Amino acid sequence: MFIHLTEEQELIRKTVREFAEKEIAPVSEKLWEEQQFPYEIWAKAGELGLIGLPYPEKYNGGGGDWLSFVIVLEELARIDCAVANALMANSSAASLINHYGTEEQKEKYLKPILTGEKIGAIGLTEPNAGSDAAAIQTSAVLDGSEWVINGSKIFISNSDNEITGPVVIAAVTGTKENGRSEISNFIIPNGIEGFSYGRKLNKIGWRASSTGELFFDQVRVPQENLLGQRGAGLRQTLSTISTGRILIAAMGLGILQGSLDRSMAYMEERKAFGKPLTDLQALRFKVSDMATHTHAARLMIYHAASLRDAGKPFDKESSMAKLFATEKAMEAAHQAIQIHGGFGIMSEYAVSRAFGDAKVLEIVEGTSEIQREIISRLLFQ
Amino acid sequence: MKRTFDTEEKIIVENNRISKDGVEWVINPYDEYAIEEGIKLREEFGGEVTVACIGPSEAEKELRTALAMGADKAILVEVDEDELQGDEHTTAQLLASLLKDRPFDIILAGNVSVDNGAGQVAPRVAELLDIPQVTTITHLTVDADQNKATVERDVEGDVEIVEISLPALFTAQQGLNEPRYPSLPGIMKAKKKPLESIQLGDLKLEQQDLAAKTEVVEVFLPPEKKAGRILEGELEDQVKELAHLLHSEAKVI
Ligand SMILES: Cc1cc2nc3c(=O)[nH]c(=O)nc-3n(C[C@H](O)[C@H](O)[C@H](O)COP(=O)(O)OP(=O)(O)OC[C@H]3O[C@@H](n4cnc5c(N)ncnc54)[C@H](O)[C@@H]3O)c2cc1C
Repeated sequence: MFIHLTEEQELIRKTVREFAEKEIAPVSEKLWEEQQFPYEIWAKAGELGLIGLPYPEKYNGGGGDWLSFVIVLEELARIDCAVANALMANSSAASLINHYGTEEQKEKYLKPILTGEKIGAIGLTEPNAGSDAAAIQTSAVLDGSEWVINGSKIFISNSDNEITGPVVIAAVTGTKENGRSEISNFIIPNGIEGFSYGRKLNKIGWRASSTGELFFDQVRVPQENLLGQRGAGLRQTLSTISTGRILIAAMGLGILQGSLDRSMAYMEERKAFGKPLTDLQALRFKVSDMATHTHAARLMIYHAASLRDAGKPFDKESSMAKLFATEKAMEAAHQAIQIHGGFGIMSEYAVSRAFGDAKVLEIVEGTSEIQREIISRLLFQ
Repeated sequence: MKRTFDTEEKIIVENNRISKDGVEWVINPYDEYAIEEGIKLREEFGGEVTVACIGPSEAEKELRTALAMGADKAILVEVDEDELQGDEHTTAQLLASLLKDRPFDIILAGNVSVDNGAGQVAPRVAELLDIPQVTTITHLTVDADQNKATVERDVEGDVEIVEISLPALFTAQQGLNEPRYPSLPGIMKAKKKPLESIQLGDLKLEQQDLAAKTEVVEVFLPPEKKAGRILEGELEDQVKELAHLLHSEAKVI
């Protein structure tokens, strides 16, 4: 097997790389320092058609394939993983609305989040339920023609942002016959009565991404804000999460490639004991490992994305790609700092900022432990 | 539009020629301004933007980039650069014979190509087509009703304003505009836009029209820059020494 990118995919890579280097790299440290969401970059990414690339043209998307979107996220994360996450989390919300939304919901909520006008968020995690998503406690009760929502969500990307559009949240709508919670998804417009945010969350990674804590106190939404069928919430989320894992893996690949490029450039220019660092085998071997992991991760991710584009099953491949790419990204980020010595600790250096970003990747969209659980379950089934 | 080396590419001279091995290619940056200006004019006045290139078949890639930016059509006159040992005269002949039977209002080109830097092709084309031209423009305003244009051109540190009747040819200088990135939907649509490939023979030019007017005698890199020198001692002596060195060593005064 051999992965061949089309001329278009090559041109997409070139364009996004240039965009990331020219528009994002110069402001990346400032965004990190101030934990500022990059509104201007988001708008420009919308104009360039990066945000809605794999979604239907009918709803302002680009009608492109997932492999191309993987390349977009990879190139963005090579420069700034937090910016890439804005597209990634937006895509999670877009996937749910695109798959399960009604025509009206798509017109109203999907269209603006595919152009960069608004940004979409998906709220599953709660203070007491992360990996164990079925344990969420936020509740939704039907009162006449309205759902009344109470509870809270935490660590929600793209929420608590000036342009947050819809937040798609999961809430308990009852108890199933087997005693488990019946969970449904709802589209909650930002800023409606009773919907508020907690304190700003300070982070060691993805600092330019807005990560919110959400509170719902008697929030009322019309009945039609239920997404798809009542009780299908977890099933809906699970059906889109494998795609999300490929995208997180692509961000890991971006960190791998960025760590490799920066390490090589630094080794060529930095001297120690009268010789360039490229003369030191101890460091050369670190770069060999990084390059090998980058290559392997790329093959795994492009393969998983190609399976998805071909309409074939890809759950196992996407979990494997996510597990491998994010753990190797963490390792590469760690070694890239080592190669940079003391400079690598300074936030002025991109290798330093990538360290926290890589760590987040091992936690979101299913932790490494959860991926190993899933993979082993699929192996022994 | 010309396909040139990426500006960050290292130049390696081998056997009296510049090696093309493993080189990244781009649209000549000055031609990007020309393409952007063409697209902007179309957005303002309607019409069609056609990008023409004389180059190897690989230049299709750069033409697709121009289409992705928003040009409507592309034409590639395929030449094998090893077979056709031409120069600016050759390229101008080819372009002029390509353009002479096609309708146009404005021809835009780069001021120079970043590789050869001759700045000759476009002016020669204007001469061959017998149309007026203004080179190194930094601003273009078209008055469609009067069929004329007002341009600002860069004259080494000053601005000259020229009024000119159309059709005309302009060459783009840095500052004319900010070329857009090709949008992703633009990239995907570019594949469906027409790209016409023309063989050298189709242009019905005689070999003698195409033969180079110049000869390359030698290809060499500029001498390597020597390390700078820092003068020492009393300020007055340093000034004297500097003047002396500029006169006797650097021979600039
Ligand atoms: C920056 C950031 C952005 C985020 N964005 C979003 C978002 O947009 N939307 C959203 O809904 N959530 C988001 N999250 C939340 C994220 O998905 C969760 O943090 C993640 O799923 C882990 O859940 P938890 O934090 O509750 O950890 P826990 O589930 O409590 O896990 C704690 C530890 O236990 C391990 N563990 C748990 N269960 C098992 C098991 N069965 N087997 C083995 N080990 C196990 C975990 O791997 C982990 O090491 C975000 C998080 C961060 C940090």
